[in-house]
Amino acid sequence: MSELLKIEGLTKAYPGVVANDGVGFSVRPGEVHALLGENGAGKSTLVKMIYGLVKPDAGSMQFAGQPFAPADPRAARAAGVAMVFQHFSLFEALNVAENVALGMETPPPMRQLAARIREISTAYGLPLDPMRLVGDLSAGERQRVEIVRCLLQDPKLLIMDEPTSVLTPQEVEILFHTLRKLSSEGTAILYISHKLEEIRALCDGATILRGGKVVASCDPREKTARELAELMVGAELKVTDRAERRLGDVVLSVRELSLAPMSQFGPSLKGVSFDLRAGEVLGIGGVAGNGQEELLATLSGERPSAAATVMLNGMDISGLGPNGRRAKGLLAAPEERLGHAAVPAMSLTENAILTGTMRKPLTRHGFVDQGAARRFAEETIAAFDVRTPGAHVAARALSGGNLQKFVIGREVLQAPSVLVVNQPTWGVDAAAAAAIRQALLDLAAQGAAVIAISQDLDELMEISDRFAALNEGRLSAPRPMQGLTLEEIGLMLGGAHGMQEAQP
Amino acid sequence: MIVGGIDVITLTATLMGASTPVLLAATGELVAEKSGVLNLGVEGMMIIGAVAGFAAAVTTGNPVLGFVAGALAGALLATLFAALTQLLLSNQVATGLALTLFGLGLSALIGKGYEGVRPPGTPKLDFGPLSDIPVLGRILFSHDWVVYLSLLLVALVWFVLRFTRAGLILRAVGESHDAAHALGYRVVAVRFAALAFGGALAGLGGAYLSLVRVPQWTEGMTAGAGWIALAIVVFASWRPWRVLLGAYLFGGITALQLQLQAAGYAIPVHILSMAPYLVTIVVLVILSAIHRHGVQAAPACLGKPFHASS
Repeated sequence: MSELLKIEGLTKAYPGVVANDGVGFSVRPGEVHALLGENGAGKSTLVKMIYGLVKPDAGSMQFAGQPFAPADPRAARAAGVAMVFQHFSLFEALNVAENVALGMETPPPMRQLAARIREISTAYGLPLDPMRLVGDLSAGERQRVEIVRCLLQDPKLLIMDEPTSVLTPQEVEILFHTLRKLSSEGTAILYISHKLEEIRALCDGATILRGGKVVASCDPREKTARELAELMVGAELKVTDRAERRLGDVVLSVRELSLAPMSQFGPSLKGVSFDLRAGEVLGIGGVAGNGQEELLATLSGERPSAAATVMLNGMDISGLGPNGRRAKGLLAAPEERLGHAAVPAMSLTENAILTGTMRKPLTRHGFVDQGAARRFAEETIAAFDVRTPGAHVAARALSGGNLQKFVIGREVLQAPSVLVVNQPTWGVDAAAAAAIRQALLDLAAQGAAVIAISQDLDELMEISDRFAALNEGRLSAPRPMQGLTLEEIGLMLGGAHGMQEAQP
Repeated sequence: MIVGGIDVITLTATLMGASTPVLLAATGELVAEKSGVLNLGVEGMMIIGAVAGFAAAVTTGNPVLGFVAGALAGALLATLFAALTQLLLSNQVATGLALTLFGLGLSALIGKGYEGVRPPGTPKLDFGPLSDIPVLGRILFSHDWVVYLSLLLVALVWFVLRFTRAGLILRAVGESHDAAHALGYRVVAVRFAALAFGGALAGLGGAYLSLVRVPQWTEGMTAGAGWIALAIVVFASWRPWRVLLGAYLFGGITALQLQLQAAGYAIPVHILSMAPYLVTIVVLVILSAIHRHGVQAAPACLGKPFHASS
């Protein structure tokens, strides 16, 4: 069969970095084609060019046999290209039907549109109520809105940018059924991901990008996940070393912890209880927006809770703020690196002072000891292989992965007795992620207790001793990670709310 | 109908005229803010509209041309604001404040030759026998065309925002400019249009002040009406009909305090003149306090700068 999309020599440079360098590949009608690569490999830039959001500097594209150079997304949509975004391009304060209408060129009147949304979404096993506010929907449901928006336009090519990063395993299964059904109807799918098992399960072809260049094209079903990963990284992968750990006494005990929502569409925490032993890693999984941020905020002390809900070594610390808890040995690293874990405009030294001064002698008589602070920052940089010209560099100048290594390292080096991290390797490349996981395991081996909140189940399976799921602000009872199957984890995560598979 | 020395019918009839400048300016600002831009220069745009409208009406002898000139002047100033904040990405708050100061200064300069002049009158519309209906005739059918236009504009803005595609795109841009951009909508163009519309309405409100309400030109004659318009938009939770309510509340208390002064109540004049501002602010506080927990009525991207770089 002839090619639907054919790309040749596509190049796009930004100041200081060549995002795409002579990229070429092709997609046949009905093919599910994977674009694989680390963060920063140029996958997003590439699909933005296909969708008309970014103009290439050089190279050519052909779509259905015609030269294709969309000036804007409307032109791309008109040609039959639709895209589901990684960070959802939805409007929280508008309802489902309005969101869908905004993604169409000539939407029918609202009432008719609502009926079509119901019809299409049920036909593909993604039921949606067109009148609900998007802000009230779960991440999985939001993605359905995006997909339905694309389907209503009968696309020839559907681009999906990391669609499964926010879904539970069951939701992923349903998404795959939908995609397979689409592909059997002749729709080509360009599937971007760095989750290798998914790609092996779903895709017919793969193009692997590294540093903006195509390094390999292959049939992912004929490769092992490890081979694909090594093509992606361009080096052999290290396996984390999970040393024997001896569990000590209970250090942190949380009882009936509740918290009001922190934002308009945010969840509340409802009666969260668990015990944490020294030397243990507790993995907390869950789909984003189910209370992860809230849980971190109450544990770190940003949001104090009712008396006797958080006990550290038998002491009630529920009313203490972050510094009070740091002094007692409970440290935290929140998910958002820029603006929460670190102040973007301040240097790494200054950022080190911000959390380090309670446990490290970085101040003298109330004055900052610049020398000691710089040495602490430099120690973190060296110990965690943070790639930066020096400690004087502003936090925002670091790449996401490097800054993440810095903010985790800053807490680990303060020798906490309890460390709480949220999404410790989010948006971090494979090598750096492995280093961060190893650091967390080493910390636990030294006798600290670690709580790792993450949406990456593979990560939690790799490092956790026990696993608990956070769903709509409720925490399930922790269970030993060993022997837990992916399916059981999926059920703990709340499963797929009200989803059914499409009937063939 | 006279209650406590106050003629209620006259009060109600005056209220509508007294509220019109603030109503127009607030409706315009509502549209601008719905697109996600906070323009604090309403006061400046109003007073430029007031002086431009006054000058044009006096020079041509035609009050309608005056209103048109007022609206154009307001829109022009808003376009300047749009160019600074949307193209050059200057800070919206600082630029808005500067716009107010600039408008006050420029209007004083332009208005130098027009002090003590009387503008051509704007007649009340003739509704024939309708105006003779007791009570209702006085209240509803005794106004000039701008008052009815302002009510029509409120209805129009409500309808467009709620039921049309243009309104949906405007709200989408104000809710998430990144998502709107990703879908291929021209965020900056939408905001230019919304700001210009807001400026035109503010200018029209200013012209109504100098041509009908006062009617003469004095320096700084808007006397904070632009700020009240801004406050009303917030207190109305960005809803057109609540803007109408807020503006009429403000205008009503302005009219009432004048009548109280005239009726000779022994309340210090200064307290009476403070009353409209005070009551509007108090109502604002109460209404925002009884909102549902965490619910935000403001457009999510209000005041945030947008650049199509990513």
